[in-house]
Amino acid sequence: MKAFYGFKDGSGDWFLIIDTEKCNGCSACVAVCPAHALEVGEDEFDPLSEEHVAHVKDEDRKKIRYTCAPCKPGFSIDPVPCVAVCEPGAITHSDGWKRSYG
Amino acid sequence: MVEEAKKEFWRWPEGTWVNPHINWKQGKIITSGVDVGSVSSQGVVLVDGELYSFGSTRTGFDSPDSARKALNIALEQTDVTEENLDYCIGTGYGRVNVPMAQRTITEIACHARGAHFMYGPAVRTIMDMGGQDCKAINCDEKGKVLNFMMNDKCAAGTGRGMEVFADLIQVPVWEIGPRSFQIDEEPEMISSTCVVFAKSEVLGLLEQGVPENQVMASYCAAMAHRIMALLHRLGVQEKFVITGGIAKNEGVVKRLEKELGIKTAEKVWYKPEYKDYPFDTQIAGAVGAALFAHAMVSKGKVKSVRKT
Repeated sequence: MKAFYGFKDGSGDWFLIIDTEKCNGCSACVAVCPAHALEVGEDEFDPLSEEHVAHVKDEDRKKIRYTCAPCKPGFSIDPVPCVAVCEPGAITHSDGWKRSYG
Repeated sequence: MVEEAKKEFWRWPEGTWVNPHINWKQGKIITSGVDVGSVSSQGVVLVDGELYSFGSTRTGFDSPDSARKALNIALEQTDVTEENLDYCIGTGYGRVNVPMAQRTITEIACHARGAHFMYGPAVRTIMDMGGQDCKAINCDEKGKVLNFMMNDKCAAGTGRGMEVFADLIQVPVWEIGPRSFQIDEEPEMISSTCVVFAKSEVLGLLEQGVPENQVMASYCAAMAHRIMALLHRLGVQEKFVITGGIAKNEGVVKRLEKELGIKTAEKVWYKPEYKDYPFDTQIAGAVGAALFAHAMVSKGKVKSVRKT
């Protein structure tokens, strides 16, 4: 499934999206995220599955706009570290940062 | 005391139900799910994966206390005790504060699983309309979550908003749905998104002499419209179902159906042998949690904690 972590508000869509079908739980993204917003653990939306996948830490979900702001996904460093390092291509960002800062 | 109770227009019926056809002592695995929401708490007990009992109550200011209350209501008319339970899973907004739960699962996974059990495997889109948030969930034929969307960080268009509104216009909350259709023509919807602003807009309408029923129609229409935005972003597929408290408010549900062009599935149990059992849309999350508990215990993924 595509897990949307973040929120939408008047200024745009602020989501970090992880495709759990593609994610292999390799933890490469956890190491490169400058904000330390990612971690690997049980798939919380499919509790019966044995596989571990990446997800955004609880405390960052409601402020993802600011957590991801230093990288400005889709605008400054392209691709951003987490996206660049993900071999299966499981991580994407919504266009909030691109629209606001681009 | 009686007079005080009369004034609580937001209060919805709470209750419990026990399945008379099941003798729990013959069951092998007894699991429970406790869903502590922001407004209501539910406890569900399953015996070998079949619905045995459930209870629904209001969440108090103390989450552990509400969780205990919900489970106690589910158990009070049975002779099952907490010691007899093999496994308990907590879910919902207050899930980290369920003292008797062995683990927690997000309400998104639980609502998908619960709706899949209640409405059958044809369910593809679930709209969980809770007390302070709403979520649109797409799931597959096994009840596994494929995609979901949460609402914005705000209580507008949720159960608590409806309660505040009921209190304001002094109409019991369950009467709002039917009465919102006793109007000559469909009025314009309340334009404010925020509950606090909507409240003053409603007061303004009442002061202008707009009939109560018409104000209710405006409010229900506004709520339906807000949910539409969320569903549009996710994409709706049939069978479409609504879980949670607002599913009981036809004023919102029928307006949503009209705007969406898709009917919600009939509120009947998928399993034919369940047809006489009460169908409560509010218990979906707790049912899902209890089903997960059953699956985990029966597959040996977790150890039973049963004491007696």
